[in-house]
Amino acid sequence: MIECQIKIDFDSFILDANFSIPDKGVTVIFGPSGSGKTSLLRVLAGLERAHNGFLKIGDSIWQDSENFVLTHNRQIGYVFQDTTLFDHLNVQGNLDYGMKRSSNIEKEFIDSILNLLDIKILLNRSTAQLSGGEKQRVAIARALLIKPKILLMDEPLSALDIKRKQEILPYLDALHNDLDIPIIYVTHSPDEASRLADYLLLLDNGQVIGSGPINNMLTRFDLPMSHGSEATSLVEAKVISREKEFDLMHLEFPGGEFIVPDNKLAIGSNVRLRVSARDVSLTKEKQIDTSILNIFPAIVDEMSPEGKAQIMVRLKIKEITLLTLITKKSAKVLNLKNGSKVFAQIKSAAILS
Amino acid sequence: MLNEYDISALLVTLKLASITTVILILVGTPIAWWLSQTRFKFKAVIEAIIALPLILPPTVLGFYLLMTLGTNGPIGNFLESLGGSSIAFTFTGLVVGSVIYSLPFVVQPLQNSFGSIGKQPMEVAATLGASKLDRFFTVAVPLARSGFITASVLGFAHTVGEFGVVLMIGGNIPGETGVLSIAIYDHVEAMEYGQAHVLAGGLLVLSFVMLLIVYIFNGRFSIMRSD
Repeated sequence: MIECQIKIDFDSFILDANFSIPDKGVTVIFGPSGSGKTSLLRVLAGLERAHNGFLKIGDSIWQDSENFVLTHNRQIGYVFQDTTLFDHLNVQGNLDYGMKRSSNIEKEFIDSILNLLDIKILLNRSTAQLSGGEKQRVAIARALLIKPKILLMDEPLSALDIKRKQEILPYLDALHNDLDIPIIYVTHSPDEASRLADYLLLLDNGQVIGSGPINNMLTRFDLPMSHGSEATSLVEAKVISREKEFDLMHLEFPGGEFIVPDNKLAIGSNVRLRVSARDVSLTKEKQIDTSILNIFPAIVDEMSPEGKAQIMVRLKIKEITLLTLITKKSAKVLNLKNGSKVFAQIKSAAILS
Repeated sequence: MLNEYDISALLVTLKLASITTVILILVGTPIAWWLSQTRFKFKAVIEAIIALPLILPPTVLGFYLLMTLGTNGPIGNFLESLGGSSIAFTFTGLVVGSVIYSLPFVVQPLQNSFGSIGKQPMEVAATLGASKLDRFFTVAVPLARSGFITASVLGFAHTVGEFGVVLMIGGNIPGETGVLSIAIYDHVEAMEYGQAHVLAGGLLVLSFVMLLIVYIFNGRFSIMRSD
């Protein structure tokens, strides 16, 4: 676990970070700009110092009443918002800077990181000869090559344009899948959060307003993300077969089989699907003559009014949680109550990875 | 062309400027770094004191140095009580005077350079495992390279060109404290304009070349620029 109890009075706001999160997978720190996300990350790195506080990562205590471990002794990988390569060193020199100060970096490990981020051909270039996306990849590799206990990433895509973002995202997916160190990722982009997060820490005005597994956080009615027409939920699934004739793939998830357009992912790959609450409709009886392929039996878990005309319904398909936004009139016609048995018709789902 | 006196003046001047520059870099670097990082309330006071030689008449500075370093001055007394002698009218005295006189020419460019690095590269270095001293030498110093070039050239050139301070505290002893700028003055006094021309012209060319180096190496240089 990562445990943090730290309060710092900055000039413009007070950061009150009291939380514990898992020390594996990707935890996204999410919140509006100015909510203290970057400050929180800097606290974890030791770049901001509270007089009192407690911080523990796994079995290392980084701050308690007596000790404060300085940044350079924390063994962290930190990827800053804008690219921060040293201009007086070339790419290789930048990578060496961290490695020289770490121990036990094996050649195979270096190779695997260089391959993962695809930067072998860049090693002899000067930093001025790199594109924005390449710079950020080198910065990520530099952070990983010190074998950090934790990787901290501060909006690593925000300084890049859409095209460069698309170029970097697959590498971030690879980090997510291939590395066994915890990653803490700061972003204000809901897309990045739902694509990368296993766990979500919500921050607002310096306060932690909730933390938990990503899909729980997206569907909890006491949190802002489960409301409004942008509400979504996530389904984890695995590719099991393809239907060549219609160019579709079949995905397995606890509630059954999902059918989506084929995007060439290998059989056996894990995928994350994003389902918008607007794309889910409900029926009492299972429809037979319908164009919708993905229909699953579900149980109404909880309902919450959205404005005057609509109502957000949280469904359970086995242990999977899904949101649907319907009209109050439909809810009345269908006589929906908590525990009602329904069929969820999912019109479309976006494949995130 | 150059007589014995001129050559000794040239050698004393080069020796003085070289030693002064080395000391100035060693002393000026920590001061400049501290000034570029500190939030000390009275930072402006320290900056003003260091900048004083920029506007103070050199004779004023030389006068006070003579008063403190001479036989009856506090530092002169102190040195004599230790069994040494006053450093007024010695080469050492000249070095002390030159260091103080040229300090702003070294501290200001360095402070500007350090300031323009910003704190992020140092934080990046810290996350990569570099201790405070380590990151100073491996990040701050290389990134402030242009500041070091400017500071060295200005410190050296300004020491070569000083007159008032060395006149007050040096006493123009040939081979010991007799420097070029005073040699030129002596030649003019003695109506030896040819000799004066050689030395003055040499200094003019030297100064121009040194400033040219500074401007070629860093386009954005300006001593008067504040951060």
